[in-house]
Amino acid sequence: MLTAFAIFSDGLVYAAYLFLVAVGLTLIFGVMKILNVTHGSFYAFGAYGAATAAGVWYDRGLNDAGGLLFMVGLAMLIGLIIGIILERGILRFVYGRDEVVVVLVTYAVFLILEDVIVLIWGPRSYTAYQPMTAAGSIDIGDLTLSNYDIGLVVLAAALAACCYWALKYTRYGRLLTVVIFDRETAAAFGVNVRVLYTVTFIIGAMLGALGGAVMAPKMSITLGIGVEVIVLAFAVVAIGGMGSIEGALIGAVLVGLARAAAVHLVPQLELFVIYAVMALVLSFRPYGLFSQVQPRKI
Amino acid sequence: MNSPISAILSVRDLEKTFGSVVAARDISVDVPAQQTVGIIGANGAGKTTFVNMITGHLSPTKGSIRFEGRDITGMPSRAITRLGISRSFQVAQVFPTMTVADNMRIACAIARGRDSMLDRLFTPLDTPETRAEADAAIELFQIAPYRDARAATLPQGLRKLLDIAMAVAGQPRVLLLDEPTSGISIEEKFGLMDVVMSALKTRRITVLFVEHDMEIVGRFADRVLAFYDGTVIADEAPQAVLANPRVQQFISGTRPAGFHA
Amino acid sequence: MTMRPTILGALAFVAVGLIAPWLPPWLVSLATIAFANALVVLGLIILWRTGLVPFGQALFYAIGAYAVALLGRYTPVRDVFVVVLAGAVAAGIVAFLIGFLLARYREIFFAMLSLAMSMILYGVLVKTETLGSTDGFHVEAGSFLGWRPQGATRNLALFWLVLAFSAAAAWLVARYFRSVAGSLTHPIRDNEIRVEFLGISVDRLIHLKLVVSGILAGIGGALAALAVQHVDPQMAYWTTSGGFVFVTILAGAGSVAAAFVGSLLFELVRSIAVTLVPGEWQMILGTALLLTILFLPEGLGSLVSRLRQKRKTAP
Repeated sequence: MLTAFAIFSDGLVYAAYLFLVAVGLTLIFGVMKILNVTHGSFYAFGAYGAATAAGVWYDRGLNDAGGLLFMVGLAMLIGLIIGIILERGILRFVYGRDEVVVVLVTYAVFLILEDVIVLIWGPRSYTAYQPMTAAGSIDIGDLTLSNYDIGLVVLAAALAACCYWALKYTRYGRLLTVVIFDRETAAAFGVNVRVLYTVTFIIGAMLGALGGAVMAPKMSITLGIGVEVIVLAFAVVAIGGMGSIEGALIGAVLVGLARAAAVHLVPQLELFVIYAVMALVLSFRPYGLFSQVQPRKI
Repeated sequence: MNSPISAILSVRDLEKTFGSVVAARDISVDVPAQQTVGIIGANGAGKTTFVNMITGHLSPTKGSIRFEGRDITGMPSRAITRLGISRSFQVAQVFPTMTVADNMRIACAIARGRDSMLDRLFTPLDTPETRAEADAAIELFQIAPYRDARAATLPQGLRKLLDIAMAVAGQPRVLLLDEPTSGISIEEKFGLMDVVMSALKTRRITVLFVEHDMEIVGRFADRVLAFYDGTVIADEAPQAVLANPRVQQFISGTRPAGFHA
Repeated sequence: MTMRPTILGALAFVAVGLIAPWLPPWLVSLATIAFANALVVLGLIILWRTGLVPFGQALFYAIGAYAVALLGRYTPVRDVFVVVLAGAVAAGIVAFLIGFLLARYREIFFAMLSLAMSMILYGVLVKTETLGSTDGFHVEAGSFLGWRPQGATRNLALFWLVLAFSAAAAWLVARYFRSVAGSLTHPIRDNEIRVEFLGISVDRLIHLKLVVSGILAGIGGALAALAVQHVDPQMAYWTTSGGFVFVTILAGAGSVAAAFVGSLLFELVRSIAVTLVPGEWQMILGTALLLTILFLPEGLGSLVSRLRQKRKTAP
């Protein structure tokens, strides 16, 4: 019973992490049809930025809640700037090219940014644990849960709800939905797809940085965090379907629970399980759980 | 009427249902070799279903199809293509970034090495025989002046000719043309069909073509099958079919000029 | 007419093999790795020309490598030919099995599923003690039909082995590109449905290409394992796959030669860069890639063919 609850809570926390990391990616994927490898860089910049912010803030002995806001704010600002530079500076020259070509472009940019991170922050690792320790923990029966983790789950759920609401009830959101569904027709109806692309990419970048920032207190911020996170985000997006926020949520929960189960029951399968779920889902629903398959018309 | 034994294509009691929708029913036709058959009917009448069942893209729910005496009912389309039934498309399906000559050569090369994967692995693509075959087809369909043009740059009529030429690459004995003149301007329709039909006659191919233009049907078909509501309501020579009152009511609309019973 | 490149290629391989004893050992080792990787790239090119970019060739690379390593660790088998072939067969079998799933996909989804497969193997390798876990383990030196060379001599012997496999692969793949099956890449990219209607099962053809490229990658991995004498899970990581994809972009998928020349140049540049500017190597690579994709999408190999065209049309 304890194990089941532990799996459930661990799974949810991991699912929150996955969702936060994947939501920006699926947005960009759905609207622009770009599998953005640079998303890993946004995450990394977010984490490093948050670490720097944490250093600046907590060294002055200021209060803790504000520190988290400062971390997130700075991270998202960095995401905004990089997003703008990338989209206007590089990406817009490759729109219209083959999907795979654009992925490779984002991979190339990712490589460049990896070294840029080292240039800025050096090879050492950073920490930003303060918000996490400050939040404390609560005990449920025999289990100790970190309040920060609970906060993460709440944040992820809130973000999902926010996205859902925004997509359905705001003008921008509805335009996005239309473009996700059929870009050509949307453009024919006068939707300014170019502007939409820029805005979407920037939002995706900021979400990626947000993911890095809120995860910063939970990890050791060092080289390679971007690399790991990309494949995970990919797996979730692939499972959920391109451009589907609900898909990303369900995918995150599926993978999160599966991984938690593996960690507690069969630890050797921890990494295996994530990609196995992905392969399994893709073999039944080739384009993800919440995707629309477009048949080829002759 | 020819006896069924000499029919190259023989269809019996063909039926196709999708759940509760009956797309085609009670179709029985015998097509003698080298006949040209026009297939007319409104959209949704069952023409395309009929064509798709013959080419193997749909499996009939009931009934049988025999080609050259052999039962091909339910066989997959690739197998049927290999046996000798080919088709062309309403929207010409060519390889847009390749030249006309290359399009043709690929079609001929595939037709040659079609019988096994191993064969295809080691048959060189560019052989004198393949080139000769491709050139002959290009000449036959009168698209030689465009051999070095990229298929994407061709106007619709030429693309259709290329599409049909490619369909003929494997020496099929039966060819199904899906609305060969759709998308072609009125002035060009007859010219196109003249080229196509004379080419196919030279190759002694049995032709079934789906058409909406009654004049084309009247001019080029030896025999017409009129479809309505999933079944054949008339099966006679063109003049007779076009004068058939049910055909006029459900398909052609009015009595076309020039064809009086 | 078509024999000329084959003869040139054969001569090139023989020439390289002959001058090898006079080259500095570090260059021979580098070339060994380069050519082992070139085999993987060759497999990539086969799929690339059909418009498919597999992001998980590291799967087969790692299978080949670990097959060699495991044979050396748990069996008395030492002969290099046997272990490399074992690697090839293992990789081929896995390629055949996952091909049933993978061959149904195209474009991005093909790339992602291929990636997922390689990450599954990575996950298994990292967490399995008997397979060495994250540290990997040592690979036995192996024997060449009974002969057990040491040091620089072994270097040479291994290089000649790699050359032999490379020459064989190059010849077979070149023939394949000239065959009907190999020439379908362009038509499949243009209009797959049309190819199907002409009587070919495109899925089955792609399945075949997957197996061939899997075998090539397996041989490459096996040879790399023998060269470096170490295997670890990193060989299955997606960045390893990415490396192969990069060489393919830089060199271009235009010809068999591109795979070998491209890999060789890449290894050379990488060695130099990693020694001189280790902190900037990824940046350099990324920039080179970006520039190639933006301005020279067919890779550097296309420059060569363009020059050849100019010479032909020149008076």
